[in-house]
Amino acid sequence: MADVAIPRAKPQMSEDSAWIQLKHNRNWLGFWFMVPAMAFLIFFLAYPLGLGIWLSFTDTRIGRVGHFVGTENYEWLWDDSIFWLSVFNTLLYTFVASALKFAIGLYLALLLNENMPFKAMLRAMVLIPFIVPTVLSALAFWWIFDSQFSIISWSLKHLGLINQNINFLGDTTWARICVIFANIWRGVPFVAITLLAGLQTVSPSLYEAATLDGATRWQNFRYITYPLLTPIIAVVMTFSVLFTFTDFQLIWAMTRGGPVNATHLMATLSYQRAIIAGQLGEGAAISSAMIPFLLAAIMVSWFGLQRRKWQQGESND
Amino acid sequence: MTDLPTRSIDLKNVLSGSAPTADHSEGMSYLQSVPRRIVTLYLPLTIIVVVLLFPFYWMALTSVKPDEQLLDLDRYNPFWTWNPTFKHFYKLLFESYYPHWLWNTMYVAICATVLSIVASVFAAYAIVRLRYKGANLVGGLIFLAYLVPPSILFIPLATVVYQYGLFDSPLALILTYPTILIPFSTWLLMGYFKTIPFELEECALIDGASRWQILIKIVVPLAIPGLISAFIFCFTLCWNEFIYALTFLQSTSNKTVPVAIVNEFVDGDIYRWGSLMAGALAGSLPLVILYAFFVEHYVSAMTGAVKE
Repeated sequence: MADVAIPRAKPQMSEDSAWIQLKHNRNWLGFWFMVPAMAFLIFFLAYPLGLGIWLSFTDTRIGRVGHFVGTENYEWLWDDSIFWLSVFNTLLYTFVASALKFAIGLYLALLLNENMPFKAMLRAMVLIPFIVPTVLSALAFWWIFDSQFSIISWSLKHLGLINQNINFLGDTTWARICVIFANIWRGVPFVAITLLAGLQTVSPSLYEAATLDGATRWQNFRYITYPLLTPIIAVVMTFSVLFTFTDFQLIWAMTRGGPVNATHLMATLSYQRAIIAGQLGEGAAISSAMIPFLLAAIMVSWFGLQRRKWQQGESND
Repeated sequence: MTDLPTRSIDLKNVLSGSAPTADHSEGMSYLQSVPRRIVTLYLPLTIIVVVLLFPFYWMALTSVKPDEQLLDLDRYNPFWTWNPTFKHFYKLLFESYYPHWLWNTMYVAICATVLSIVASVFAAYAIVRLRYKGANLVGGLIFLAYLVPPSILFIPLATVVYQYGLFDSPLALILTYPTILIPFSTWLLMGYFKTIPFELEECALIDGASRWQILIKIVVPLAIPGLISAFIFCFTLCWNEFIYALTFLQSTSNKTVPVAIVNEFVDGDIYRWGSLMAGALAGSLPLVILYAFFVEHYVSAMTGAVKE
């Protein structure tokens, strides 16, 4: 490497050729370094994002180039009761699942933060549902919630609580409960472990001081833990809401939107319309309709992040 | 960073060396009696952990149960089996495309991860250290890209993939997965690169190293833990990805494990459960094993991306 270093050690700042400029100018160098990542993100993220919005204004089908049809797809969806059902399902699913994930996740994080034997192993085990591919654990739930051979029905029958099998995924209410349960099951470890990481940054001396002043456990939580944890809660919950809202695989593996569309989310409905039925334009309109909700979630995340920086007194870099 | 397990090990070292009070969390535990601890801590914790792990037990048990025990819940206790069989795994490995699918998943995941990590190392270094004009703006845009979910991209991406002639080829996945991975790993690596002192780079610059040499010989070696975290997390995300693989792949032999199990194993056969669960278990095991070896990296990737 020395032979490379020697010629450059000579001062050559006075008359830089264009080539030297390209090699040493900070902005150009930055540009070269950004090229690979930007190429991916522009060709496979930004461009499709725009294309998706454009497609939603056309009548494209699989194998046929579409023409601009204005807002026809949206008008069509406006009168489509299945679409509105899917919007309702998505909001219900997101709201219930996120609220419970937050409550259980925070509770689990507080429990794991206690001092106890096998702490590290327990924490590692708790995260396993998050590691295993969602589809594969969804299949396990599919089997657990089977209409005839469900282990839950069997246990409840043997405990004498019910007389006949519960039709878990065949009944609209039960199906919704089941998919929400599976989503919570998968999301809780993520919320718990990230909040646990936040909890560990809280200094124990604060609790000691509060306890000396006569604070109860609830007051400890309410006036120390919760305020210090707020910024990380904001970020974690934004992610959680975002991924719950756009969930696809869990539903697809467990119910495919059935029974009678009771568990169709906007993502699964757009897949069904666009890929299975071939109506790319209409499917794109459904997925574009998700964007306003996502923007709202992103705004919350942004302000959450700002607030955190402000709290920790970091400079904005 | 927030390596939970490492930190607890550190605490243990402190414990063994000095008085028990060195562990701060022990400081106030005398305020709680043992029965109270059982009710408020161990009992709820046990319930949650059992619920979280039960599906895996059930998956594993189903995959080794003989067929007649699977469906006859009255004569056999469904919670245990005394004569496990590996028939389902045998069927999986020798009478189906399963090894193919496993190989496809692995191949796609490794290629996409390597591509993304290389691109992210450059991007993160440029944003954090070259600080070109508009670096902060680009950093913010990359964070926004992290928030764009695959469920709104798959329809237009399907048309793009078709136009480029990539439909039904692993290349379609290798090129589209980085859109999920690059924002995440760039964000994670930016955090790691920020912790490397400027002075090291300044010394190297004075010694005549180029930016390229600095990146390869100084920054990357120092960020190895971060690279491992990013690699493992990206690999897991790829393995887990479903909607792109479902949309872009068609022929049976090209599919990845999650898609193939959902589409190919789900038929009318009421005895399918054994092989279905065996397939799900075999598809999860590689990730669980990887996870077991790199827990700390995994946790730091997960929390790092959120906290950064």
